[in-house]
Amino acid sequence: MNIVVCVKQIPDPETPASQFAVDEAAKRVIPAQGIAPVVNPYDPQATEAALRLKDAAGEGKITVISLGEDSARDAIKHALAMGADEGVLLSDPEFENIDNFQTAVALSRAIEKIGDVDLVLMGRAAADWDMGVAPLGVAEQLGFPCVTIAKSMEADGDTLTVQRVLDDGFQTVEVDLPAVVSISNEFGEPRYPQLRQIMLAAKKTVQVWNADDLELEDDEAGEDNRWLALEALYIPQVESNVEIIEGDSPEEQARNLALKLREAKLI
Amino acid sequence: MPGTLIIAETADGAVAPLSFELLAAARALADQGAGDVSALVAGEESLAQSLIEHGADAVYVCSAGSLDPGSAEAGAGAALAAVEAAGADIVLMGQTSVGRDLGPLMAFRLNTAVAMECLSLAIDGGRLRAVRSCYGGNANAEVTWRGDVQIATLKPKAVDPLAPDASRSGSVTAIDAVGEQRVRVISTEAAEATGIRLEDADVVVSGGRGLGDPSAFEMMEELAGLLGGATGASRAACDLGWYPPSQQVGLTGKTVTPDLYVAVAISGASQHMAGMSGSKNIVAVNRDPDCNMVQVARFAVVEDYKKVVPALIDAIKALD
Ligand SMILES: Cc1cc2nc3c(=O)[nH]c(=O)nc-3n(C[C@H](O)[C@H](O)[C@H](O)COP(=O)(O)OP(=O)(O)OC[C@H]3O[C@@H](n4cnc5c(N)ncnc54)[C@H](O)[C@@H]3O)c2cc1C
Ligand SMILES: Cc1cc2nc3c(=O)[nH]c(=O)nc-3n(C[C@H](O)[C@H](O)[C@H](O)COP(=O)(O)OP(=O)(O)OC[C@H]3O[C@@H](n4cnc5c(N)ncnc54)[C@H](O)[C@@H]3O)c2cc1C
Repeated sequence: MNIVVCVKQIPDPETPASQFAVDEAAKRVIPAQGIAPVVNPYDPQATEAALRLKDAAGEGKITVISLGEDSARDAIKHALAMGADEGVLLSDPEFENIDNFQTAVALSRAIEKIGDVDLVLMGRAAADWDMGVAPLGVAEQLGFPCVTIAKSMEADGDTLTVQRVLDDGFQTVEVDLPAVVSISNEFGEPRYPQLRQIMLAAKKTVQVWNADDLELEDDEAGEDNRWLALEALYIPQVESNVEIIEGDSPEEQARNLALKLREAKLI
Repeated sequence: MPGTLIIAETADGAVAPLSFELLAAARALADQGAGDVSALVAGEESLAQSLIEHGADAVYVCSAGSLDPGSAEAGAGAALAAVEAAGADIVLMGQTSVGRDLGPLMAFRLNTAVAMECLSLAIDGGRLRAVRSCYGGNANAEVTWRGDVQIATLKPKAVDPLAPDASRSGSVTAIDAVGEQRVRVISTEAAEATGIRLEDADVVVSGGRGLGDPSAFEMMEELAGLLGGATGASRAACDLGWYPPSQQVGLTGKTVTPDLYVAVAISGASQHMAGMSGSKNIVAVNRDPDCNMVQVARFAVVEDYKKVVPALIDAIKALD
């Protein structure tokens, strides 16, 4: 099976709010000092899903693609160290600050260029913009069906059976390959790269493709051609009006809280 | 004439509450000049009445099941036909298992963009402008669309529904179209419901990683039970296997807006806040006076929860 995994490098989503800053004029996040970007937390799970399918089939090839700045190499390296076979970095000044529609177009062109792909695995969402749009976009561009938010899956010949997570339960679906599947955190812990794998990964090839290599038209990339325009980016203000409940002992604090809640007619 | 189309969903044979929130959002846009409000619903024509009472001027009814989770391609066929029939230039749906797939799918088929999980919507210069949260809830982005049709999903509980008005009237039209559905749904199972649904509860008591021990959730359940509420958890607690993921509150969990939200040993990370910051009153029990949850709370007790929560249970019992 010929599998492509898409991985994205993002600002660490666990950056404390106190260190999170925005340049409102440029409508950009100011990278937090000393906090390195990380692989989007769902994406190693997509790599894990690919490795499990490859292990089960006993054959197959896994290509990892990331669109981003040079630091996106780290996301690719991580997937290669987990066991993926090859990497492709999509890098071009025209790819900076593009929206998810444009990202989906670029990713799908790269997948077509790789050729004969049976399955594209992605994360359920990128934890920066958290839209969850790219998987359906890549599927539409390629003409593949798409299954989102998978927690487990199994391949039987050209058919995939996927368990997916719903708001209030679970669903089992079947889809014929080629297809796109997005993976959720319920998929389980991704494997941890072993030292030997990390050393092997250093020898694996990472190709770099730009907009011309993907035969993108001038108006398909570039931040001025976003389909969703960013008008403003700011940190929402929350006021603190907290009343700290005092008392000489935890019991008294608890009693005072109960009285306050009763006074406010909340209990 | 342009207008707004909302995609309604059903639950247990009736229109789901979130669909009424969408209608209220669409009516507010209509008041700002966005044109008539229409709704698409799958199933019986009898569903149309409550949609009209809650704000729809026209209702399109497509075949049952085509707007169920896992059927986005079938639904997109019907929804695109409804966009055409209604002449809509704005399409709103819920940020649900249905909307997460249908929104992006429709956007790519209409050569336009979709803004997911919007917090508020407004008309500015005749076009839609949406506010959505990003970077895990740390920032808000305001976005506009370049394409003709502007598609957005709305975060649950972002807008209050309108009171039903039985005097309203509207047209009802059948939509025959469905799209070719390549993903085959084999089975759908509901999560086990325990007590009051988290999203419907007036009081929610949630526990976090600071509980230190899964058995402490019994204490959370006792407090929640005493207050007639439901029990929730942070993702850190769910990931540790201390509480079921269906009870997780936050960005990747449930959105709740109870009258009272009691956060026990939860730090208040932006991704947790994304699911409960709309709560009317927040109470924090936390050892750390500087943590975000204490800062945003109305009342806070800065102490070890192991001492405070049992005493609080006793104190509440003693009130009656
Ligand atoms: C108006 C606007 C302005 C934006 N500005 C910026 C910006 O300044 N900087 C910035 O970093 N982002 C920016 N973004 C976000 C960026 O476009 C998206 O994060 C990205 O395109 C992915 O889309 P998504 O959020 O829908 O991804 P999702 O659909 O949430 O991601 C799901 C999965 O898609 C795959 N995927 C997504 N993106 C990539 C990628 N680049 N490479 C490989 N795989 C990927 C991954 O598997 C991921 O798990 C902006 C978005 C919009 C709408
Ligand atoms: C993509 C993504 C999505 C996410 N989605 C969600 C989500 O949906 N929901 C969610 O909750 N999180 C989510 N998170 C995780 C989030 O970033 C935080 O890691 C998580 O909310 C922390 O949980 P917590 O507050 O329970 O734990 P911690 O942050 O570890 O806080 C524990 C708190 O307990 C207090 N404490 C410790 N001991 C005691 C004691 N004895 N008495 C009183 N107080 C005590 C501490 O002072 C601290 O404030 C997401 C993260 C990412 C990256």
